[in-house]
Amino acid sequence: MTAGDRPLDRDEWVDGNEAAGILQEIFTMDITTARGRCAGCGRVAPMAETRVYDHAPGLVVRCPDCDAVLLTVIRAPDRAFLATTGLTYLEVALPESATSGFTGA
Amino acid sequence: MARAAVQRRLTWQPATVAQVRTETESARSIVLDVPGWPGHVTGQHVDVRLTAEDGYAAQRSYSVASAPELDRLELTVQRVPDGEVSPYLADVAEAGDQLEIRGPVGGYFTWRPEAVEPVLLVAGGSGIVPLMSMIRGRAAANSRVPFRLVYSARTPDDVIYAQELSRRVRDDRGLDVAFAYTRGTPAGWPRPPGRLDAALLAEVGWPADFIPAVYICGPTGFVEAAANLLVAQGHEPQRIKTERFGPTGDREAAA
Ligand SMILES: Cc1cc2nc3c(=O)[nH]c(=O)nc-3n(C[C@H](O)[C@H](O)[C@H](O)COP(=O)(O)OP(=O)(O)OC[C@H]3O[C@@H](n4cnc5c(N)ncnc54)[C@H](O)[C@@H]3O)c2cc1C
Ligand SMILES: [Zn+2]
Repeated sequence: MTAGDRPLDRDEWVDGNEAAGILQEIFTMDITTARGRCAGCGRVAPMAETRVYDHAPGLVVRCPDCDAVLLTVIRAPDRAFLATTGLTYLEVALPESATSGFTGA
Repeated sequence: MARAAVQRRLTWQPATVAQVRTETESARSIVLDVPGWPGHVTGQHVDVRLTAEDGYAAQRSYSVASAPELDRLELTVQRVPDGEVSPYLADVAEAGDQLEIRGPVGGYFTWRPEAVEPVLLVAGGSGIVPLMSMIRGRAAANSRVPFRLVYSARTPDDVIYAQELSRRVRDDRGLDVAFAYTRGTPAGWPRPPGRLDAALLAEVGWPADFIPAVYICGPTGFVEAAANLLVAQGHEPQRIKTERFGPTGDREAAA
C-alpha cells in the first residue's frame, strides 16, 4: 500500500470504542478503558483512542500516531482469533482485592 | 440504574421493536424491548446484528439514546443512503420486528451522574445520540451539573430531538444548547451557515479555565476537527473524550 491509498487518508475509520463489543466478548471485561502501549512508537493511551478499520473479514486496530497495527481480531461463529502484534502491554484497572497476591502483605 | 452485577458473559440477545418514532426526514428512534436488559451508563452503545433469511448477517454499532432503564432501551438511527444496516432501521423496521443486540458496551465515552465537573457536549449530526442519553440521564438522576451542548447540524430540519431539547432548556436547570448550522439557517440567524469554528466554540463552549469534561461525537472528520479546535483553545487532551461514527458520505453534512 502506498501512502495515497491508505484508508488513513480518508475518514473510513472509527475509533477504539467500536471494538468494545468484540473485545468484551473475548476478555469478558471492557478493554476500551485499558491503556495499551504501542510497540512501534511507545505511545500509551486508552484503547478507545486507537483507530479501528472494521471491514470484513477482520477488525484491525491501529496506533493513531505511527499507524502500526496493534491488534487484529477475526471472528468465526464459534471462536475468535486475536493477534496482539503491536501491543507491548495492556494496563487494566481491576478491583483492589485482585492485587493482594502480589503485595506480599 | 443497573442490575446488581451478576457476571454474565456478553453475547448476542434478542430484542423486539416495541415502537418507532420519526425524528427528522432521515432519522428515527427505535424503542427496543430486551428482557433482562441491565440498563447502561450514558454514552454506551450496543452492537446490532441483522440476519437475512439466507443467513447473511451484518452488524453495526448504535449508541443508546435513552436514559438508563431496565428491560428497554431506545436507539436513534440516521439513514446512510445505500448503507447495509441503517436504511432498515431508519425506514423499514416496525413494531414486532426482531433483531439481536450485544451490549451495553464501551466504558470510555461515558458520563456518570456522580460526576461533578461542568460538561461540554459537542455533537455533529447523529453524534447527538449518546450525548442525548447523557442529557436525559442527567435529568433522570436530578443532577444539577452544568451541561452545555453545541450541536452542529445541516439545517434546522436536520436537528434530532429539536422539541425535546427546547423543552429541556426551559425545564432542566443548568442545561444550555447552542446550534451551529452548516447548510441553512433559520431566518435572521446571526451566523452564516458554515463549519463549527474556533470563534463559535469560544463563544458558546466553556472556557478551558472551567476545566470541563468534554465529549465530542459525530462523523470522524467532524470529531477530529472539533477536538483540534478545543485543544488549541487550551482544553487538556486528557479531558476530551471522543467517539467517531465513521465517514460522512458528504463531507459538509455536519462538519
Ligand atoms: C460506537 C458507534 C456508535 C454509533 N452510533 C450511532 C447512532 O447512534 N446512530 C447512527 O445513526 N449511527 C451510529 N453509528 C454509525 C453506525 O454504526 C453505522 O456506521 C451507520 O449506520 C452506517 O451503517 P450502514 O450499514 O447503513 O452503512 P454501510 O453499509 O456501512 O456504509 C455504506 C456507505 O456509507 C458510508 N458510511 C458509513 N458510515 C457512515 C456514516 N456514519 N455516515 C455517512 N456515511 C457513512 C460508507 O463509507 C459506505 O460508503 C455509530 C458508530 C459507532 C462506531
Ligand atoms: Zn504507535
